[in-house]
Amino acid sequence: MLRVRLIPILSLKDGRIIKTVRFDRYRDVGHPLTTGKVFDSQDVDELILLDITATQERREPDWHHLSMTADMCSMPLTIGGGISELHHIQRMLQIGADKVTINTAAARNPDLVKRAVARFGSECIVVSMDVFRSDDGTCDVLVDGGYASTGMHPVEFVRQMEACGAGEILCTAIHRDGTMLGYDMELTRDIVDAVDIPVIANGGAGLLSDLVDVVNESGASAVAASSLFAFTDNKPIKARAFMLQHQVHVRPV
Amino acid sequence: MLTPDAKLQVGVVDYGMGNSRSVVKAFEKLGIDVTVCSEPKALAEVDRIVLPGVGAFGDGMRSLRDLNFIEALEKQIFQRGVPLLGICLGMELMSRSSTEGGYIEGLGWFDADVTRLQVSPGIRVPHIGWNDVEQCGTGTLLEGVASNATFYFNHSYGVHARDPEIVSATCEHGTRFAAVLESGPVKGCQFHPEKSQDAGRRVLLNFVYRVAD
Repeated sequence: MLRVRLIPILSLKDGRIIKTVRFDRYRDVGHPLTTGKVFDSQDVDELILLDITATQERREPDWHHLSMTADMCSMPLTIGGGISELHHIQRMLQIGADKVTINTAAARNPDLVKRAVARFGSECIVVSMDVFRSDDGTCDVLVDGGYASTGMHPVEFVRQMEACGAGEILCTAIHRDGTMLGYDMELTRDIVDAVDIPVIANGGAGLLSDLVDVVNESGASAVAASSLFAFTDNKPIKARAFMLQHQVHVRPV
Repeated sequence: MLTPDAKLQVGVVDYGMGNSRSVVKAFEKLGIDVTVCSEPKALAEVDRIVLPGVGAFGDGMRSLRDLNFIEALEKQIFQRGVPLLGICLGMELMSRSSTEGGYIEGLGWFDADVTRLQVSPGIRVPHIGWNDVEQCGTGTLLEGVASNATFYFNHSYGVHARDPEIVSATCEHGTRFAAVLESGPVKGCQFHPEKSQDAGRRVLLNFVYRVAD
């Protein structure tokens, strides 16, 4: 039976791996090479590597650091950040990505997703969606690193992306990002229920039990985490062992 | 049959579908001589051929045809007896046909057909992640691989063999489909051995060194 995946996310900014809180302030976590190497030696299920300011800074993805990190990795790798044209995707695949993730461009130009799927296959195309839940509980899909509102509801957006052929959804709760207060269960469950493609839950993991809870409560196919690995002594192998102990069907350690 | 210390070279076909880099890196890390074959004539220089691939069946067939790879590959495999390993789309293309985009003819090296995986309760498509394979048959690719090993899959179509003799392993995701096929010099795996850690490395080593006479 297909295993639930545990996926560390590395956010690249100015040549360093950093960790944000609510997409706002951030802390330095380390050099891409050393961080990538650590995860490679931890036998992780997959790794997601994002150039998180490429779009905001209106520039090409940081090819130098992305390929340096990709070269270090032998696990299934997803790379994203700053994709706006098919040739960006082509190059990411060439430097070692198995999948790429498209965020702002997917929301602004759904046709790009369709063309990317036609050219590279659904299996290569992940749509990354950043969602902000306001105090009144309403959810909005934001782009541009959380700076611009699309006015779209997350369920509406993922359905549109599925119809465009996206192979997978990376669903990030901005309001939980870096807080280590747990995933947004309701949001994740709504997204999982809205589509028939795999959904990766992201944003808020702080305890190993969060990883178990989000799978049980939302049915997500995969769980992503950043702060959990950067700021606690929890490593992916330990996390998988914990999940196994709690009857989550992950890959054995 | 080659002597143990013969220097074997693997050729990875580059036909513009997905990337050959991960596959090349995987062989390099195993200390196996590997080269990228971007032209058909390069195939004559190698001792093993790998046909990787990610993307659409129709595009894959068109690329192989346009780049004149098909005849060259068949010559190496069936005249010279060079073992070939198809990975993911590569394995799918080696089948007789696919229903992707209606009906498209494949290379026909495996007596098998390709059909789309179906969504059902608990089953999402694409099939992405680590899954078990059930070993059966008497092939060489999975020798030394534990029966409970998992491999990394990422695909939306499954290969169904008409001839059970060629099936070395199956996987289930909604339906049961071929995970490993072996038929004389041609072999295929639906999963990505280059991304499947120890078990995957074993498959690549077996492909290079464990060739049935």
